[in-house]
Amino acid sequence: MGTALLNFINDLSTYAFLRHALYTAIILGVSCGMVGCFIILRGLALMGDAISHAVLPGVAISYLLHISYFYGAVAFGLLTALSISFIGQHSKIKSDAAIGIVFSAFLALGIILITKIQSAINLNNILFGNVLTIKESDRILTYVISGIVLLTIFLFFKELMLTTFDRVMAQASGLPVKFIDYMIMIMLTLITVVSLQTVGVILVVSLLITPAATAYLLTQKLTTMLWLSALIGALSAVVGLFLSVTYNLPSGVVIVLVAASIFTFVFLFNQKTGLAWKAFRP
Amino acid sequence: MLSIKDLSVTYSNGTHALEKADASLPESSITGIIGPNGGGKSSFLKGILGLVPHKGQALFKGQALDKFAKNTAYVEQKGNLDMDFPISVEQCVLLGTYPKLGLLKRPGKREKALAGEALSRVGLSAYKNRQIGELSGGQFQRVLIARTLAQEAELILLDEPFVGIDVQSEKIIVSLLQELAKEGATILVVHHDLSKVKNYFDHLILINKTVIAVGPTEIVYSKENLQKTFDLPAVTLLPSS
Repeated sequence: MGTALLNFINDLSTYAFLRHALYTAIILGVSCGMVGCFIILRGLALMGDAISHAVLPGVAISYLLHISYFYGAVAFGLLTALSISFIGQHSKIKSDAAIGIVFSAFLALGIILITKIQSAINLNNILFGNVLTIKESDRILTYVISGIVLLTIFLFFKELMLTTFDRVMAQASGLPVKFIDYMIMIMLTLITVVSLQTVGVILVVSLLITPAATAYLLTQKLTTMLWLSALIGALSAVVGLFLSVTYNLPSGVVIVLVAASIFTFVFLFNQKTGLAWKAFRP
Repeated sequence: MLSIKDLSVTYSNGTHALEKADASLPESSITGIIGPNGGGKSSFLKGILGLVPHKGQALFKGQALDKFAKNTAYVEQKGNLDMDFPISVEQCVLLGTYPKLGLLKRPGKREKALAGEALSRVGLSAYKNRQIGELSGGQFQRVLIARTLAQEAELILLDEPFVGIDVQSEKIIVSLLQELAKEGATILVVHHDLSKVKNYFDHLILINKTVIAVGPTEIVYSKENLQKTFDLPAVTLLPSS
């Protein structure tokens, strides 16, 4: 392990692409971790999953139109969120069912489009991501979007906290609750789309949910939860990338497994609620 | 004055919860809202606040209520908040100061002092660092009342604040509300326990699908009005043959 670590550090100083991959993964770990806190506290975990899967047709259409996949993906991400709330508001279908219908349909459409059009899109890359092959333009986009999202959370923290905890009080005291809802959906979509390169469609939700859920188990203060979640996200990215390079494994899946391992450890061993402590307590 | 004109609440499933309710209440008063279950008491509050689809309007000091949103505090009927939310008692009270802070401003010394004072008025200063889930139902209700104090609201609407809470908490909340009313607040409380009505409220609104009676407690609280409100015709009081 020691030599592997030395090799990894050596590789980092030798190969620019590896350094870039590391920065990108860390920044995504931080921004996904922070957005994820609001996502899990608002019970939107499934929504995040739905949006990430449903951007696929957007990626294909962007390719057809010769534009950056970002635009198509964002458009389909927002379309997904809107369709789900539209079905919920105009029928008695509950939101988990609406989510299931919309995302599977969009995912299926995306797969047809990608396999039928003669495209250079590598379905595998979109589904599972590969941060090591990230293009410079996508990397910069990731930095910019992450910056915007983090700044939004910083500026509107007060409003995000109040609407997430007590929506009714927020509404009664005149806060634009709907506006904040849309803001969160847009942040969720943007951050999901830029994460595609790193962990892929299938696993994006892990970066959003797992670090936030781990932090949720560890603290009873929202600001601490945000920082912890960001830290856990970044740590998963670094360790994941190291293991992926050292053992020649796909980066996205390794990052996800590292995050899940941290969650499992905290779930079992955290002092307050950890199962392991409970089992040994007299 | 708080005046409610022609307030009707109809839900999207077609239920008419409230029809053409009219009421006028003086400022600096504490009013009980009494009526049978499903009689539209909660809808009355939500209609006033504009939280549900409604017709008619509510004016406070001659202005539409949405202009007073920052000065309006509302505590919902229990059970809708996430008690596992990562928030301490103190921070929860501090939320009361958010509406008046405006965008981009963080709570500072003044707000923290307000929250601290509010917490001590409900007798929970010692619990300020606890997570809200560690409190009893009555203690948490006192925290929500402290939050409306920190908001320095002029209009306070409470939906069944005494359901399922301990006697001590109820006493503390009632005497605090009466103090606030003296200090100038206008308070409306949905309540179901008729036995305490005379001690708690200086005004009453009796509601069953619409306003049956409104006015000072000593006038409105009559057998006749209560029978009308609770649909208790004299017949049901007779022994069955």
